[in-house]
Amino acid sequence: MTDSIQKISIIISQGSLEGIYPGLIMANGARAEGIDANLFFTFFGLDAINKVRHEHIKLSSVGNPGLHFPTWLGGFPGVSKIMTQYMESKMEKLDIPPIPEFIEMISDTGAGLYACKASVDLFGMSKDDFINQLDGIITVGDFYQLASGGQMLFT
Amino acid sequence: MATATYDGVEVEVNDEGFFTDPSAWREEMAPIIAKEMGIDELTPDHWRVIRFVRDRYLETGGGPTVRVLGKTSGVTVKELYRLFPKGPAKEAAKIAGIPKPVGCI
Repeated sequence: MTDSIQKISIIISQGSLEGIYPGLIMANGARAEGIDANLFFTFFGLDAINKVRHEHIKLSSVGNPGLHFPTWLGGFPGVSKIMTQYMESKMEKLDIPPIPEFIEMISDTGAGLYACKASVDLFGMSKDDFINQLDGIITVGDFYQLASGGQMLFT
Repeated sequence: MATATYDGVEVEVNDEGFFTDPSAWREEMAPIIAKEMGIDELTPDHWRVIRFVRDRYLETGGGPTVRVLGKTSGVTVKELYRLFPKGPAKEAAKIAGIPKPVGCI
């Protein structure tokens, strides 16, 4: 078992429902297996830890071929909301928590949550914009140091 | 199929060390399994979780996930990871002599 994964560092760079969940599920799953995990939220991924916005994360209904309906339909007002609600109800049945609860839980598992300093500066945000569980606003270099000795995953 | 001997009783376990027959488990085996996994002492809080996952398995046929444990066992997620650092759902299931919980959350 010497080649088993001991540590994972996951970067979340997107702000859509389908852009955020995979990284969270991988992080939570890592901790459940006893693997150390750190999360780095960058660019629109910052919405996942933004204390106001993370309660309103939406599925992309435009430009998302995976939904298997015409792009023009996805652009209608309310379609994204309806698709998001549909997805959330399906997830709840599978015991997948809503994003705010999931992130709090992942923090409680001992995983580290970090915001990308360059993105925070770019969007004119500050520490007050983020949830209390945030462990720090750090540079890319700092995150690479945290990631040292483990595997990295970009989502 | 591998076997392990706990408290003088030989039991069948799978490759990861989980009991294949949960009815072969006895409470006296729990501290020995725990020690093997690096948990030297089972505190009352450990026992609370172990009994909870075992009861849940006997009721539903599956071990609870960490989310369910955190919501219903009376032990918080933070505390669960302090008690079982290598993954509460997995470690508690192994100590409680039930199969590894299935599921990604």
